[in-house]
Amino acid sequence: MTGDEACAEGALAAGCLFFAGYPITPATEIAEVMSSRLPEVGGTFIQMEDEIAAMAAILGAAWTGVKSMTATSGPGFSLMMENIGLGIVTETPCVVANVQRGGPSTGLPTMGAQADMMQARWGSHGHYEVIALAPASPQEAFYQTIEAFNLSEKYRLPVFVMTDEIIGHMSERVVIPEARKIRTVSRPRPKGRKDRFRPYAAGPGLVPPMPSAGDGCRIHITGLTHDERGYPAMTVEAQRDMVTRLVDKIRLNADDIIQTESYLLDDAEVAVVSYGASARTAYAAVEEARRDGIKAGLLRLITVWPFPEKMVRELASRVKGIVTVEINLGQVFLEVDRCSRGGAPSYLVGHPGGTIITPESVMEKIKQAAGMKS
Amino acid sequence: MSAKHGTDTLEHPLEDLIRSDRMPHIWCPGCGIGTAFSACLSAIKAAGLDPDKTVMVSGIGCSGRGAGYANLDSFHTTHGRAIPFATGVKLGNPELNVIVFSGDGDLFAIGGNHFIHAARRNMDLTVICVNNLNYGMTGGQVAATTPSLKRTTTTPSGNSETPFNLPLLAYAAGATHVSRWTILHTRDLTETMKHCILKKGFSFIEVLAPCPVNYGRRNKEGPLETLKTYRDKTIVKNGAPPAEVAIDFKKNIVLGTFVDDDRPSWLDSYNSIYRKEPARDKPA
Repeated sequence: MTGDEACAEGALAAGCLFFAGYPITPATEIAEVMSSRLPEVGGTFIQMEDEIAAMAAILGAAWTGVKSMTATSGPGFSLMMENIGLGIVTETPCVVANVQRGGPSTGLPTMGAQADMMQARWGSHGHYEVIALAPASPQEAFYQTIEAFNLSEKYRLPVFVMTDEIIGHMSERVVIPEARKIRTVSRPRPKGRKDRFRPYAAGPGLVPPMPSAGDGCRIHITGLTHDERGYPAMTVEAQRDMVTRLVDKIRLNADDIIQTESYLLDDAEVAVVSYGASARTAYAAVEEARRDGIKAGLLRLITVWPFPEKMVRELASRVKGIVTVEINLGQVFLEVDRCSRGGAPSYLVGHPGGTIITPESVMEKIKQAAGMKS
Repeated sequence: MSAKHGTDTLEHPLEDLIRSDRMPHIWCPGCGIGTAFSACLSAIKAAGLDPDKTVMVSGIGCSGRGAGYANLDSFHTTHGRAIPFATGVKLGNPELNVIVFSGDGDLFAIGGNHFIHAARRNMDLTVICVNNLNYGMTGGQVAATTPSLKRTTTTPSGNSETPFNLPLLAYAAGATHVSRWTILHTRDLTETMKHCILKKGFSFIEVLAPCPVNYGRRNKEGPLETLKTYRDKTIVKNGAPPAEVAIDFKKNIVLGTFVDDDRPSWLDSYNSIYRKEPARDKPA
């Protein structure tokens, strides 16, 4: 099946029961699969009037205790940013898949890119942390969509599945395991007296328990800066407490959240860092470099946000050079470069989008990083 | 919210539905939102709804603060997005009664697209629009409802545009209940709200409310004058064709219930086509 179809199946396997969407190439297939599959499992699909509404609807559904999701591509992702911010500040678990295409604006609707990575990181206003995963195959689109739901439930925030047109439209074998072999996580639920429940009293775990509308807790939820009761609090202290906790719940749990794959890095002299579709190119280039006698290795980011800083710093301290491969003109590269400061020089292999990056172009930079003439 | 009379403590009749720990509210003296809000809570009570199964969703603006004062599961969302958020709440748990309480700027300018589509779908929501003819929260700017020639901070020489006739818009989009009252007509308003809350499908109630501090001041209209207009210039015409109820403060303002139809709600249709089972939302 395709990456888009696998993403939808992953959502169902994770227990998703609500999908609100809006058609957009190259993500439409996710909505199409959900429209036929969700009612079969007792869920609900609705096609909204735009992506703003789709994002608002999944937040509303999430507050009734239902795992919810939407899927889109660049232009729709832009429209969702407003309510993604509401999801962050109200700590609403949900999943947003962005099947990236070339931009800016309408760009290249049918052709892939990885140029929304910084938008995923900073696209909504204000200061916050996010979680973004980047599957590199249809099989991984299945598993990482499940993981996105699990992380969203555990840490209570919208989690991004940052796939791309290449993965979304690629057909590969996807194995769907038996339901009992799939690990699913549900949000922490409140205990104790409902009339004294404080929806944003998080405690040391930094993630507050989440009731559903209809539970009898009579919660008030607002996009305004709020206190532990959920009430608007227009003070510097309330802003500090709320924003700091929203940031810390991700930053301080980065080790639990971050997944990467290391390939031939133990003795590597040149490290290639990549993710999503480009990691497949990077993998081929590393293999080719090894055949040519260059000790190259690959750090594949499955989690892009929070950024795996520790791993990149460690690599930068021991390799001759780090090559970032991505389909944009330097986004995740900027983070790799920041984390390599004081260590190995960093290089970018990127292009503005519309096609994959070739192993040859990566090979050329690997040679340069290894100190060889290309 | 309790008044002391000697040793007796009188409880506010809506005490259990108000977040009294959030009082005082932000609404200005002479503002009509509080009256519309009280009518809404009274209607919830009169309808006999379980408050634990009743949800209020608001957008942004003065009226958008409504959700914050209701002792219900209440959501103060983003500007214009109360209706799609409420749609998610309703579809996530069809047993919940979902009321959208917001203002004219929120529901009909930035949120206009969501309004017409929810009406078209006959989503089972009660949408209450407090129409104070301007953007109060930001200091009185022109709205999609500001009458022509009226002054606001962004129409210093008068509004050169034409306002929406909200009942006509709601009717044309497919709302199965459309009515209009003013905050002076609290009994009719409360009765209508009760009817809408109990009615399945998309209900829309426009509530005219004064904004003396922003709109009134710039148009030389004192708070009492606005209420006198509501008393003297209004005419109740139930069943009036929505196309004929555009507001004209000089001639007359038509109030009443203009539309009260029945057709399957979104969930009724979805369940019958996709689930082959009877509707799960409000029992008849």
